[in-house]
Amino acid sequence: MNKPSDLKGLVLDPVTNDQRYIGNSEPRHSARRLLEGQGTYIDDIQLPRMGHVVFWRSPVAHMKIGKIHTEQASKMPGVLAIVDGVQMAKICKPWVATLGHLAGMKSAPQHALAIDRACWQGEPVVAVVAETRAQAEDALQLVDVEWEELPAVISMESALDPKTPLIHPELGDNLCFTRSLDVGNVDEAFATADVVAEATFGFGRHTGVTLEPRCQIADYNPGERRLTVYHSQQAPHMMQDLYCRQFGLSESDVHVICKDVGGSFGIKVHAYPDDFATVGLAMMLERPVKFVADRLESFTSDIHAREHRIKGRIAANKAGDILAFEIHDLTGIGPYSMFPRTSAIEGNQVVNLVGGPYKHQHYRAHLDVVFQNKTPTCQYRGVGHPIACAVTEGLVDLAAQKLQMDPLEFRKRNVIPDDAYPCSGISGIKLEVLSHEQCLRTIEKMMNYPALRKEQAELRKKGIYRGIGFATLIELTNPSPAFYGVGGARIASQDGASVRLDPSGVVSVLVGVGEQGQGTEGIYAQIAADAVGVSINQVRIVTGDTDVTPYGGGTWASRGAGVGGEAVLLACQALQENILKLAGAILNRPVAELSVHRSHVLDKATGEQLLPFSEIGRIGYFRTDTLPAGFSADLMVTRHYTQKDYPFIFTNGVQASYVEVDPDTGFVKLLKHWAVEDCGRVLNPMLVDEQVRGAIVQGIGGVLFEECLYDESGLLRNGSMADYLVPMANEMPDIEVAHVETPTQSSKLGAKGAGEAGTAGAPGAVQNAINDALLPFNTAVFDQPITCEKILRVLKKI
Amino acid sequence: MSLKKKVSMTVNGVAVNAEIEPRRHLVDFLREDLHLKGPHLGCEQGACGACTVKVDGQIIRGCLYLAVQADGCVVETIEGLTKSGALAHLQESFMRHNAMQCGFCSSGMLLAAAELIEKQPKASREEVREWISGNYCRCTGYHSIVDAIVDVLEARAKGQKIKPVVAHA
Repeated sequence: MNKPSDLKGLVLDPVTNDQRYIGNSEPRHSARRLLEGQGTYIDDIQLPRMGHVVFWRSPVAHMKIGKIHTEQASKMPGVLAIVDGVQMAKICKPWVATLGHLAGMKSAPQHALAIDRACWQGEPVVAVVAETRAQAEDALQLVDVEWEELPAVISMESALDPKTPLIHPELGDNLCFTRSLDVGNVDEAFATADVVAEATFGFGRHTGVTLEPRCQIADYNPGERRLTVYHSQQAPHMMQDLYCRQFGLSESDVHVICKDVGGSFGIKVHAYPDDFATVGLAMMLERPVKFVADRLESFTSDIHAREHRIKGRIAANKAGDILAFEIHDLTGIGPYSMFPRTSAIEGNQVVNLVGGPYKHQHYRAHLDVVFQNKTPTCQYRGVGHPIACAVTEGLVDLAAQKLQMDPLEFRKRNVIPDDAYPCSGISGIKLEVLSHEQCLRTIEKMMNYPALRKEQAELRKKGIYRGIGFATLIELTNPSPAFYGVGGARIASQDGASVRLDPSGVVSVLVGVGEQGQGTEGIYAQIAADAVGVSINQVRIVTGDTDVTPYGGGTWASRGAGVGGEAVLLACQALQENILKLAGAILNRPVAELSVHRSHVLDKATGEQLLPFSEIGRIGYFRTDTLPAGFSADLMVTRHYTQKDYPFIFTNGVQASYVEVDPDTGFVKLLKHWAVEDCGRVLNPMLVDEQVRGAIVQGIGGVLFEECLYDESGLLRNGSMADYLVPMANEMPDIEVAHVETPTQSSKLGAKGAGEAGTAGAPGAVQNAINDALLPFNTAVFDQPITCEKILRVLKKI
Repeated sequence: MSLKKKVSMTVNGVAVNAEIEPRRHLVDFLREDLHLKGPHLGCEQGACGACTVKVDGQIIRGCLYLAVQADGCVVETIEGLTKSGALAHLQESFMRHNAMQCGFCSSGMLLAAAELIEKQPKASREEVREWISGNYCRCTGYHSIVDAIVDVLEARAKGQKIKPVVAHA
C-alpha cells in the first residue's frame, strides 16, 4: 500500500523544472556513518582539560536545603570544583517561564542549582566537577547536604484544595494556568440530544527516553571570552539566545554546535537547569565541562508529559450527528513551568484540539494546570494531541455504540467534509485544507474492514476477543509566530537556508533546522538537488552550528520539512537564477534563452549543453576579471521562510488498530496497525513512513506500557529502563502506512509536518480497539496506560 | 586508591595492553581509553543493548561486562566488523530500508542482527522481532529494522548478495 508507485503524490505538479528526487524514497546517504559506528554524539567528543560534572540531586520531592558540607569531597582525587546554588546564582540569573498570550499564566523564579528549597526529586542542588566522571561520582558520595523534608504536593486532584500546602507561597495558589472556552449553546445541545455519553479519561505521566541521554559540553575560552557549547539539542539558536540572556553575554560571544543527536522527541528542545549549571561551571573554571545524564538522572530530570485527568461528554442525535463536546481537563506540571516554552502549552492544545476533526457546533472546555512536587512536564512529541485524540475518539465510539452505528460510518458522517475548507474548527483553530473523508475511505480499503469485522464476529463465538479501533486526528505543524513569538518567547518561527555553488559545481546548503535522525538533511539534499539542478551526490548539507547556519527555530512542532524545506527551496531556486545570470554574462546571451539541466547550463531552445556548473564555478570565483564591469557573480544566496498565512498548518489522518484481549489475563496482543496520513506533499515516502511508524510505536508505548510512577511521598518508583516499560520489537505489530497528499497552499513546496501525527493517533486507536474487544463484557477502560491489571479490574476479575 | 590490573586483549585485530581499574566496564574502556565511538551507552544496566560488542565471537552487553573480564579475549566492535566487511550486507540493507533514524542504537542492533543471521538463518519475521527485542530503538518503530534483517535472511537463503546502495545520478 505504501510503495512509492502507489502514491498519489506522483500526480501532483512538480515543484521544480527538473524534479527527480522530491517525492522519491531516496536513502539518507549521510546515515551510512551511523551504521558504521562513526557518528559524533556529545559523549564521543573529548576536549583537552575537559572536566566532568555530576550533580547532587534532591533525594525527595520537596525539601529545605540546609548547610552543604563539601570539605571531604573537595579533597578527593581529581576534584576541580564543588558549586552550590548561591555560588551559581552569582553568574546565572534565575528565570520565569510564562508566555504573554496565555493570559494569567504564572510560575516562580527557577535557578540553575536550587537555592533554599528543592521542589522535585531529581532537582540539581550541588555540582561536583572532576577530571574524570568516575572521580566526580566518587566525590559525590562525600557531599553532605543537610536537608529537611517539606510537605509535598503530589496529587493534582488536591493541588488546589485550600488545605494543600503552597509550593510557591508568593504565587498565592498552586494554579499555573486556567482557561475556559464556551462556543455555541452547549447546555441546550446536551439537553436536546438523543444520546449523551461520558467518560473520565486518565493519562499517566510519561517521558521521552531518548536512547542518547541529554548531554552537553560547555567550553569557555577566556582568551577570546567566548563560550562554545556542544549540545544534544533541537534548537541551537534558541539555546544561544538563552545562554546570552542568563549569563549576560552577547550573541557574538556564544557558539552552539549540535552534531549527531541520539533521539530528541521534544525532550531536547527545552532549557534545563543542568544545562545552565554546566555552562556556568565552564565559565567559572575557564575550561571545558561535560555533562552526560545517566539513565536514572534522565528519568528524574528529563521533562515528563501527559499527566491529565479529563472528564468528557458528547451529545449526538438519532440521525447520527455529533452535536457537542464538553471537557474538563486537569493536568499537573511539576513545581515550575519549563523554560522557555512553558508547561501550559500541552493543556492549551488539548482545549484547542478536542473534537477537532468533526463538524459539531457546540463546545465547552475548561482547563486547570496545577503545580505539584514532581519532575516538570513540558512539550513532548505530539504535545497534547494524543490526549485530545484519545478523549475525542473515545467519546465518539461511545456515542456510536449508543446509536448502534458502525464507528467508521459514524466518523464518515461527522468529519468536516473535504470540500469545506478553509474553515475554522469549533475551538477557533483555523484549518487550511484537510482530507478526512479521503483518509477514511483509504483506511477502510487498506484494512479490508468488512472482512475484518466478519473475522472478529466469528472469533468472538469461539471465545476469542478481538477489537478494532479507529482514531481520526488533526495535527498542527508549520507553526507561525503565533505559537511562541507573540507570547514573548525568543524562539524563531522563521528559518533560513544559505546555499552556495562551490567552484567544482558542488552545492553546499547551510540550514537552521538540524538533524536528529528524522532524515531532515536527506530531504534538504533532495530539495536542493532538484531546485539547483544537480545530482544528489553533488549536494552537501550543513546544520547545527550557530556560527555558520542562518538563524532559525530548529526542530519542533513538525516544522523541519514545511518551514526549513521551504527555505531551502527558495534559496536554491534563487541560486539557480544567479547561475543563469552568470552564464548569460559569460556567454553574452540573454538569460531567457538559457536553462539548467543536470549540472549544465543549456540552450533552452535546442537543449545543447553550453556550460557545466564546474565552469560556472571556475569563472565565478577565479576569473571574475573576464566578466563585464559591475557584474557580481553571487554564487551564494540566503533565503528565509516564515509561514504567516495561518497560525499553524494542520495535517490530518486516521489510524486503525486490531488487537486481541485475553479476558483471563488482561493481556493485549497488538495484531496490526494501519495509518493513513496527509502531510501535504510527501518529500520522501520512505522517511515519512518511518516517521509515522516510529511515532505510532511511541504512542503505543503511552497507551499500553509507559508511566512514570510515583509513591505517595513523590518518589519516582521506576527510574530505570528495566522498570519503565518501553515498546520493544516483539510486542509491536507490523504497521501499514498510506498517504493522501493535500499540499498546503501557504508554500511553494506544499509540505506539511509528519513527525508527530503517529504519536497523536495511536493511543486513541489502541484504546478504542481494546474497548471494542471488551464490548461483549459491557465494560470499557479509559485509563492509560491500559495495563493488564486495569483490564482485569474493569472485568471484575480482580 | 585505585588498584589497577594489567590486561591484554585484541580489539578489532589490534593487540592492546592496558592497566585497568577492576570496576571499569568494558564499554567505558573501549570508548574512553581506546576512543572507539561505535558502542554507545544508553542505560548502563543491560536493558537497551546500545553497548553491544563481541567478545570471543559472542555478543555481550558492554555495560555489564568488566574490562578485566576480557583479559586474553578477542573483542570486536562495530568499527572492526565494518572494516572486515562482516556486516556489509546488513549495513546495506539497513540503508535501503532506512532501518535507523538517530543511529544511536544501530551498532548494537547490527551486532544482534548479525548473530541472529548466524544462529537462526531460517528465522521468521516473528522470530526476528523476538531476537532483536533485547535492543531498544525509540525512533523507527522496529518495522523497518525487521524488514532489513528479513531481506538479508531471504537473500542468503537464495545465495544472493545485497547490492550496495548508491545515490542515483
